[in-house]
Amino acid sequence: MHYENVLTTCPYCGVGCGVHLQVLDGQVIGVLPANSHPLSEGSLCVKGWNANAFIYHPDRLTAPLIREGDEFREATWDEALSLVAEKLGHVKATHGPDAIGVLTSAKCTNEENYLVQKFARAVIGTNNVDHCARL
Amino acid sequence: MTTDNRLEALREAVAAALADVEGVIALRRTPYGDVAPYLFTDSTEVANLVLEPRYPVPDTLQVIQMAHPEARLGIVLRGCEERGLVETAKHNQVNLNNVRAIGLNCTAEDAEFCRCARPYVGVWVTESVGERVEGVGDARVEAFLALPQEDRLSFWQGVFSHCIKCYACRNICPQCFCEHCALEQDIWVEQGVIPPPFPSFHAVRALHTLGKCVGCRECELACPAEIPLTTLYSLLRRDVQAMFGYETGMDLEATPPFLARLEV
Repeated sequence: MHYENVLTTCPYCGVGCGVHLQVLDGQVIGVLPANSHPLSEGSLCVKGWNANAFIYHPDRLTAPLIREGDEFREATWDEALSLVAEKLGHVKATHGPDAIGVLTSAKCTNEENYLVQKFARAVIGTNNVDHCARL
Repeated sequence: MTTDNRLEALREAVAAALADVEGVIALRRTPYGDVAPYLFTDSTEVANLVLEPRYPVPDTLQVIQMAHPEARLGIVLRGCEERGLVETAKHNQVNLNNVRAIGLNCTAEDAEFCRCARPYVGVWVTESVGERVEGVGDARVEAFLALPQEDRLSFWQGVFSHCIKCYACRNICPQCFCEHCALEQDIWVEQGVIPPPFPSFHAVRALHTLGKCVGCRECELACPAEIPLTTLYSLLRRDVQAMFGYETGMDLEATPPFLARLEV
Protein backbone atom coordinates (compact mmCIF):
# COMPACT_ATOMS: atom_id res chain seq x y z
CA MET A 1 0.00 0.00 0.00
CA HIS A 2 1.63 3.19 -1.22
CA TYR A 3 0.16 6.66 -1.75
CA GLU A 4 2.03 9.79 -2.69
CA ASN A 5 1.70 12.94 -4.76
CA VAL A 6 4.26 13.63 -7.46
CA LEU A 7 4.86 17.27 -8.38
CA THR A 8 4.90 18.04 -12.07
CA THR A 9 3.99 20.80 -14.52
CA CYS A 10 0.62 20.82 -16.25
CA PRO A 11 1.21 19.65 -19.86
CA TYR A 12 -1.61 21.63 -21.46
CA CYS A 13 -0.44 25.19 -22.11
CA GLY A 14 2.46 27.58 -21.73
CA VAL A 15 1.50 28.93 -18.30
CA GLY A 16 3.12 26.04 -16.47
CA CYS A 17 0.86 25.53 -13.45
CA GLY A 18 2.01 23.16 -10.73
CA VAL A 19 0.03 19.93 -10.42
CA HIS A 20 0.37 16.96 -8.15
CA LEU A 21 -0.30 13.58 -9.69
CA GLN A 22 -1.92 11.37 -7.07
CA VAL A 23 -0.27 7.96 -7.26
CA LEU A 24 -1.82 4.97 -5.50
CA ASP A 25 0.04 1.66 -5.71
CA GLY A 26 1.91 2.80 -8.85
CA GLN A 27 -1.22 4.01 -10.72
CA VAL A 28 -2.03 7.68 -11.33
CA ILE A 29 -5.56 8.12 -9.98
CA GLY A 30 -6.06 11.88 -10.07
CA VAL A 31 -4.74 15.40 -9.80
CA LEU A 32 -4.42 17.86 -6.94
CA PRO A 33 -3.38 21.50 -7.35
CA ALA A 34 0.05 22.39 -5.95
CA ASN A 35 -0.85 24.87 -3.23
CA SER A 36 2.69 26.08 -2.61
CA HIS A 37 3.59 26.40 -6.30
CA PRO A 38 5.02 29.92 -6.84
CA LEU A 39 3.19 30.40 -10.13
CA SER A 40 -0.26 28.85 -9.85
CA GLU A 41 -0.60 29.06 -6.03
CA GLY A 42 -3.08 26.20 -5.90
CA SER A 43 -5.22 27.27 -8.85
CA LEU A 44 -5.91 25.06 -11.86
CA CYS A 45 -8.23 25.40 -14.85
CA VAL A 46 -10.45 22.61 -16.13
CA LYS A 47 -7.61 21.24 -18.26
CA GLY A 48 -5.19 21.06 -15.35
CA TRP A 49 -7.79 19.29 -13.24
CA ASN A 50 -7.91 16.63 -15.97
CA ALA A 51 -4.17 16.54 -16.69
CA ASN A 52 -4.08 12.82 -15.88
CA ALA A 53 -6.95 11.86 -18.22
CA PHE A 54 -4.83 10.75 -21.17
CA ILE A 55 -2.31 8.66 -19.25
CA TYR A 56 -4.17 5.34 -19.51
CA HIS A 57 -6.53 6.37 -22.34
CA PRO A 58 -6.98 3.58 -24.90
CA ASP A 59 -6.55 6.08 -27.78
CA ARG A 60 -3.16 7.26 -26.51
CA LEU A 61 -0.33 6.60 -28.97
CA THR A 62 2.46 4.70 -27.28
CA ALA A 63 4.62 4.04 -30.37
CA PRO A 64 5.36 5.96 -33.61
CA LEU A 65 3.03 5.16 -36.53
CA ILE A 66 4.10 5.13 -40.18
CA ARG A 67 1.41 5.54 -42.85
CA GLU A 68 1.47 3.07 -45.70
CA GLY A 69 -1.37 3.75 -48.14
CA ASP A 70 -4.49 4.19 -45.99
CA GLU A 71 -3.09 2.21 -43.09
CA PHE A 72 -0.91 3.09 -40.13
CA ARG A 73 1.54 0.58 -38.75
CA GLU A 74 3.55 0.74 -35.54
CA ALA A 75 7.26 1.34 -35.95
CA THR A 76 10.33 1.69 -33.78
CA TRP A 77 11.63 5.16 -32.98
CA ASP A 78 14.79 4.43 -34.98
CA GLU A 79 12.79 3.53 -38.09
CA ALA A 80 10.39 6.48 -37.73
CA LEU A 81 13.13 9.07 -37.15
CA SER A 82 15.20 7.70 -40.03
CA LEU A 83 12.19 8.01 -42.33
CA VAL A 84 11.53 11.61 -41.19
CA ALA A 85 15.21 12.53 -41.71
CA GLU A 86 15.23 10.98 -45.15
CA LYS A 87 12.02 12.75 -46.26
CA LEU A 88 13.06 16.15 -44.85
CA GLY A 89 16.46 15.75 -46.52
CA HIS A 90 14.69 15.00 -49.81
CA VAL A 91 12.44 18.10 -49.56
CA LYS A 92 15.41 20.31 -48.69
CA ALA A 93 17.54 18.93 -51.59
CA THR A 94 14.69 19.28 -54.10
CA HIS A 95 12.98 22.53 -53.06
CA GLY A 96 15.42 24.28 -50.71
CA PRO A 97 15.32 24.75 -46.91
CA ASP A 98 12.55 27.39 -47.01
CA ALA A 99 10.18 24.73 -48.32
CA ILE A 100 10.18 23.43 -44.74
CA GLY A 101 8.49 25.04 -41.73
CA VAL A 102 8.67 24.08 -38.08
CA LEU A 103 5.78 24.42 -35.61
CA THR A 104 6.67 24.38 -31.94
CA SER A 105 4.35 23.98 -29.02
CA ALA A 106 3.27 25.56 -25.75
CA LYS A 107 3.30 22.06 -24.31
CA CYS A 108 7.09 21.95 -24.64
CA THR A 109 9.52 23.44 -22.18
CA ASN A 110 11.56 26.55 -23.02
CA GLU A 111 14.57 24.29 -23.55
CA GLU A 112 12.69 22.06 -26.00
CA ASN A 113 11.41 25.08 -27.92
CA TYR A 114 14.94 26.49 -28.05
CA LEU A 115 16.17 23.19 -29.38
CA VAL A 116 13.52 22.97 -32.12
CA GLN A 117 14.16 26.50 -33.43
CA LYS A 118 17.90 25.72 -33.37
CA PHE A 119 17.16 22.59 -35.38
CA ALA A 120 15.15 24.67 -37.91
CA ARG A 121 17.78 27.38 -38.32
CA ALA A 122 21.06 25.53 -37.93
CA VAL A 123 20.25 22.06 -39.28
CA ILE A 124 17.54 22.67 -41.87
CA GLY A 125 18.54 26.28 -42.63
CA THR A 126 15.20 28.10 -42.51
CA ASN A 127 13.68 30.84 -40.37
CA ASN A 128 10.19 29.34 -40.84
CA VAL A 129 9.53 28.79 -37.16
CA ASP A 130 6.12 29.37 -35.65
CA HIS A 131 4.18 28.54 -32.54
CA CYS A 132 0.67 27.41 -31.67
CA ALA A 133 0.24 30.36 -29.27
CA ARG A 134 -0.23 32.59 -32.37
CA LEU A 135 -3.45 30.82 -33.27
CA MET B 1 2.10 25.82 22.44
CA THR B 2 4.29 27.17 19.67
CA THR B 3 4.14 25.97 16.08
CA ASP B 4 7.35 24.01 16.57
CA ASN B 5 5.91 22.26 19.60
CA ARG B 6 2.68 21.41 17.76
CA LEU B 7 4.68 20.04 14.87
CA GLU B 8 6.95 17.97 17.10
CA ALA B 9 4.00 16.69 19.11
CA LEU B 10 2.20 15.71 15.90
CA ARG B 11 5.26 13.92 14.51
CA GLU B 12 5.55 11.97 17.76
CA ALA B 13 1.85 11.09 17.74
CA VAL B 14 2.05 9.88 14.11
CA ALA B 15 5.19 7.83 14.79
CA ALA B 16 3.45 6.23 17.78
CA ALA B 17 0.31 5.52 15.75
CA LEU B 18 2.36 3.67 13.12
CA ALA B 19 2.80 0.83 15.60
CA ASP B 20 -0.96 0.33 15.47
CA VAL B 21 -1.96 1.11 11.85
CA GLU B 22 -0.66 0.26 8.36
CA GLY B 23 -0.20 3.90 7.41
CA VAL B 24 -1.05 7.44 8.49
CA ILE B 25 -2.36 10.03 6.01
CA ALA B 26 -0.88 13.48 6.61
CA LEU B 27 0.98 16.26 4.81
CA ARG B 28 4.55 15.62 3.71
CA ARG B 29 7.25 17.92 2.43
CA THR B 30 8.86 16.12 -0.50
CA PRO B 31 12.58 16.27 -1.37
CA TYR B 32 11.57 18.87 -3.99
CA GLY B 33 10.20 21.23 -1.36
CA ASP B 34 6.51 20.97 -2.19
CA VAL B 35 3.85 19.77 0.24
CA ALA B 36 1.06 17.28 -0.46
CA PRO B 37 -0.94 14.50 1.21
CA TYR B 38 1.05 11.32 1.78
CA LEU B 39 0.60 7.91 3.34
CA PHE B 40 3.29 7.59 6.00
CA THR B 41 4.15 3.94 6.59
CA ASP B 42 7.57 4.23 8.24
CA SER B 43 8.26 6.19 11.43
CA THR B 44 11.61 7.39 10.05
CA GLU B 45 9.67 9.43 7.46
CA VAL B 46 7.82 11.61 9.99
CA ALA B 47 10.65 14.16 10.00
CA ASN B 48 9.12 15.27 6.68
CA LEU B 49 5.63 15.67 8.13
CA VAL B 50 4.40 19.29 8.05
CA LEU B 51 1.28 21.23 9.06
CA GLU B 52 0.55 23.34 5.99
CA PRO B 53 -0.46 24.41 3.37
CA ARG B 54 -3.82 22.74 3.75
CA TYR B 55 -5.02 19.93 1.48
CA PRO B 56 -8.20 17.85 1.65
CA VAL B 57 -6.64 14.82 3.38
CA PRO B 58 -10.08 13.17 3.98
CA ASP B 59 -10.29 12.71 0.18
CA THR B 60 -7.10 10.69 0.39
CA LEU B 61 -8.71 8.43 2.99
CA GLN B 62 -11.59 7.83 0.56
CA VAL B 63 -9.38 6.85 -2.36
CA ILE B 64 -7.12 4.58 -0.28
CA GLN B 65 -10.09 2.88 1.38
CA MET B 66 -11.65 2.25 -2.04
CA ALA B 67 -8.58 0.24 -3.06
CA HIS B 68 -7.87 -1.23 0.40
CA PRO B 69 -11.20 -1.55 2.24
CA GLU B 70 -9.74 -3.76 4.97
CA ALA B 71 -6.66 -1.65 5.75
CA ARG B 72 -6.36 -0.13 9.20
CA LEU B 73 -5.39 3.48 8.56
CA GLY B 74 -4.48 6.55 10.54
CA ILE B 75 -5.18 10.12 9.52
CA VAL B 76 -4.34 13.59 10.82
CA LEU B 77 -7.47 15.74 10.92
CA ARG B 78 -8.28 19.36 11.61
CA GLY B 79 -11.67 20.14 13.17
CA CYS B 80 -13.41 20.87 9.86
CA GLU B 81 -11.99 17.69 8.32
CA GLU B 82 -13.20 15.64 11.27
CA ARG B 83 -16.70 17.05 10.87
CA GLY B 84 -16.61 16.52 7.10
CA LEU B 85 -15.79 12.85 7.63
CA VAL B 86 -18.91 12.55 9.82
CA GLU B 87 -20.97 13.36 6.73
CA THR B 88 -18.97 11.30 4.22
CA ALA B 89 -19.25 8.33 6.61
CA LYS B 90 -23.03 8.75 6.83
CA HIS B 91 -23.15 8.79 3.03
CA ASN B 92 -21.14 5.55 2.91
CA GLN B 93 -18.05 7.06 1.28
CA VAL B 94 -15.69 6.17 4.12
CA ASN B 95 -15.69 3.64 6.93
CA LEU B 96 -14.52 5.17 10.19
CA ASN B 97 -14.58 1.88 12.14
CA ASN B 98 -11.06 0.99 11.13
CA VAL B 99 -9.58 4.49 11.30
CA ARG B 100 -7.34 5.94 13.99
CA ALA B 101 -7.62 9.71 13.84
CA ILE B 102 -5.13 12.16 15.32
CA GLY B 103 -6.71 15.56 15.77
CA LEU B 104 -4.79 18.74 15.01
CA ASN B 105 -6.34 21.74 16.74
CA CYS B 106 -5.92 24.93 14.73
CA THR B 107 -4.16 28.06 15.99
CA ALA B 108 -5.85 31.42 16.54
CA GLU B 109 -4.22 32.58 13.29
CA ASP B 110 -5.66 29.58 11.41
CA ALA B 111 -9.11 30.33 12.84
CA GLU B 112 -8.87 33.96 11.82
CA PHE B 113 -7.76 33.04 8.28
CA CYS B 114 -10.60 30.53 7.87
CA ARG B 115 -13.24 32.62 9.69
CA CYS B 116 -13.82 29.39 11.60
CA ALA B 117 -16.26 29.09 14.48
CA ARG B 118 -14.94 25.72 15.65
CA PRO B 119 -11.16 25.37 15.02
CA TYR B 120 -10.76 22.15 17.00
CA VAL B 121 -11.63 18.45 16.96
CA GLY B 122 -13.78 16.60 19.43
CA VAL B 123 -16.89 15.20 17.72
CA TRP B 124 -15.53 11.66 17.42
CA VAL B 125 -11.76 12.15 17.51
CA THR B 126 -10.38 11.56 21.01
CA GLU B 127 -6.63 11.94 20.46
CA SER B 128 -5.39 15.43 19.57
CA VAL B 129 -2.41 17.73 19.35
CA GLY B 130 -2.36 21.48 19.99
CA GLU B 131 -4.22 23.65 22.43
CA ARG B 132 -7.84 24.37 21.74
CA VAL B 133 -8.52 28.02 20.85
CA GLU B 134 -11.91 29.66 20.54
CA GLY B 135 -13.51 30.20 17.18
CA VAL B 136 -14.25 33.49 15.46
CA GLY B 137 -17.24 34.92 13.63
CA ASP B 138 -17.47 35.20 9.85
CA ALA B 139 -17.15 38.86 8.88
CA ARG B 140 -17.91 38.09 5.23
CA VAL B 141 -21.24 36.52 6.13
CA GLU B 142 -22.06 39.50 8.35
CA ALA B 143 -21.15 41.91 5.55
CA PHE B 144 -23.38 40.03 3.12
CA LEU B 145 -26.28 40.02 5.57
CA ALA B 146 -25.88 43.78 5.94
CA LEU B 147 -26.71 44.19 2.23
CA PRO B 148 -30.27 45.23 1.46
CA GLN B 149 -32.39 42.39 0.05
CA GLU B 150 -32.54 43.97 -3.42
CA ASP B 151 -28.73 44.07 -3.72
CA ARG B 152 -28.11 40.43 -2.84
CA LEU B 153 -28.92 38.88 -6.21
CA SER B 154 -26.65 41.33 -8.03
CA PHE B 155 -23.90 40.55 -5.49
CA TRP B 156 -24.01 36.86 -6.43
CA GLN B 157 -24.38 37.65 -10.12
CA GLY B 158 -21.26 39.80 -9.85
CA VAL B 159 -19.04 37.26 -8.11
CA PHE B 160 -20.26 34.31 -10.22
CA SER B 161 -19.64 36.24 -13.45
CA HIS B 162 -15.91 35.54 -12.83
CA CYS B 163 -16.45 31.75 -12.84
CA ILE B 164 -14.26 29.95 -15.42
CA LYS B 165 -16.11 26.65 -14.93
CA CYS B 166 -12.98 24.75 -13.93
CA TYR B 167 -14.99 22.53 -11.55
CA ALA B 168 -12.32 23.05 -8.87
CA CYS B 169 -15.04 23.63 -6.24
CA ARG B 170 -16.62 20.29 -7.09
CA ASN B 171 -13.37 18.40 -7.60
CA ILE B 172 -11.81 19.48 -4.32
CA CYS B 173 -15.01 19.07 -2.26
CA PRO B 174 -14.81 16.10 0.11
CA GLN B 175 -18.62 15.95 0.03
CA CYS B 176 -18.88 15.71 -3.78
CA PHE B 177 -18.75 12.07 -4.78
CA CYS B 178 -21.52 11.42 -7.36
CA GLU B 179 -20.28 9.33 -10.27
CA HIS B 180 -22.46 11.30 -12.72
CA CYS B 181 -22.42 14.97 -11.76
CA ALA B 182 -25.55 17.04 -12.45
CA LEU B 183 -23.30 19.98 -13.37
CA GLU B 184 -22.25 18.09 -16.51
CA GLN B 185 -25.80 17.28 -17.64
CA ASP B 186 -27.63 19.47 -20.10
CA ILE B 187 -31.01 18.97 -18.45
CA TRP B 188 -29.77 20.75 -15.31
CA VAL B 189 -27.12 23.14 -16.64
CA GLU B 190 -26.76 24.34 -20.23
CA GLN B 191 -23.40 23.02 -21.42
CA GLY B 192 -20.67 24.82 -23.37
CA VAL B 193 -21.18 28.25 -21.79
CA ILE B 194 -18.57 30.25 -19.85
CA PRO B 195 -19.25 31.73 -17.39
CA PRO B 196 -21.76 28.95 -16.72
CA PRO B 197 -25.43 29.94 -16.61
CA PHE B 198 -26.47 31.89 -13.51
CA PRO B 199 -27.96 30.74 -11.24
CA SER B 200 -28.37 27.11 -12.40
CA PHE B 201 -24.74 25.96 -12.21
CA HIS B 202 -24.07 27.50 -8.81
CA ALA B 203 -27.52 26.77 -7.41
CA VAL B 204 -27.26 23.08 -8.34
CA ARG B 205 -23.86 22.85 -6.70
CA ALA B 206 -25.01 24.76 -3.61
CA LEU B 207 -28.14 22.63 -3.18
CA HIS B 208 -26.08 19.45 -3.53
CA THR B 209 -23.98 20.48 -0.53
CA LEU B 210 -27.06 20.80 1.71
CA GLY B 211 -26.88 18.72 4.85
CA LYS B 212 -23.30 17.71 4.03
CA CYS B 213 -21.18 20.89 3.81
CA VAL B 214 -19.34 21.64 7.05
CA GLY B 215 -17.64 24.79 5.74
CA CYS B 216 -14.10 23.46 5.42
CA ARG B 217 -13.39 26.14 2.76
CA GLU B 218 -11.53 23.82 0.37
CA CYS B 219 -13.77 25.06 -2.49
CA GLU B 220 -13.10 28.71 -1.73
CA LEU B 221 -9.34 28.13 -1.45
CA ALA B 222 -9.24 26.18 -4.74
CA CYS B 223 -11.30 28.72 -6.71
CA PRO B 224 -9.08 30.60 -9.21
CA ALA B 225 -11.74 33.34 -9.42
CA GLU B 226 -11.82 33.87 -5.64
CA ILE B 227 -15.59 33.43 -5.48
CA PRO B 228 -16.70 33.56 -1.80
CA LEU B 229 -18.39 30.16 -1.91
CA THR B 230 -18.14 29.61 1.84
CA THR B 231 -20.36 32.65 2.42
CA LEU B 232 -23.12 31.08 0.34
CA TYR B 233 -22.75 27.63 1.86
CA SER B 234 -22.58 29.04 5.42
CA LEU B 235 -25.97 30.66 4.95
CA LEU B 236 -27.43 27.44 3.54
CA ARG B 237 -25.98 25.53 6.48
CA ARG B 238 -27.65 28.02 8.81
CA ASP B 239 -30.97 27.46 6.99
CA VAL B 240 -30.68 23.66 7.18
CA GLN B 241 -30.15 23.97 10.91
CA ALA B 242 -33.08 26.36 11.31
CA MET B 243 -35.49 24.33 9.15
CA PHE B 244 -34.52 20.77 9.93
CA GLY B 245 -32.69 21.06 13.25
CA TYR B 246 -29.67 19.37 11.67
CA GLU B 247 -26.16 20.64 12.27
CA THR B 248 -23.72 19.14 9.78
CA GLY B 249 -20.74 17.21 11.07
CA MET B 250 -21.68 17.38 14.76
CA ASP B 251 -23.23 13.99 15.46
CA LEU B 252 -22.32 10.58 14.03
CA GLU B 253 -25.78 9.21 14.90
CA ALA B 254 -28.18 11.98 13.75
CA THR B 255 -29.87 11.25 10.41
CA PRO B 256 -29.15 13.84 7.70
CA PRO B 257 -32.44 15.40 6.54
CA PHE B 258 -31.84 14.67 2.85
CA LEU B 259 -30.78 11.05 3.23
CA ALA B 260 -33.84 8.94 2.45
CA ARG B 261 -34.17 5.86 4.62
CA LEU B 262 -36.30 3.15 3.07
CA GLU B 263 -37.66 1.81 6.33
CA VAL B 264 -41.17 0.85 7.37
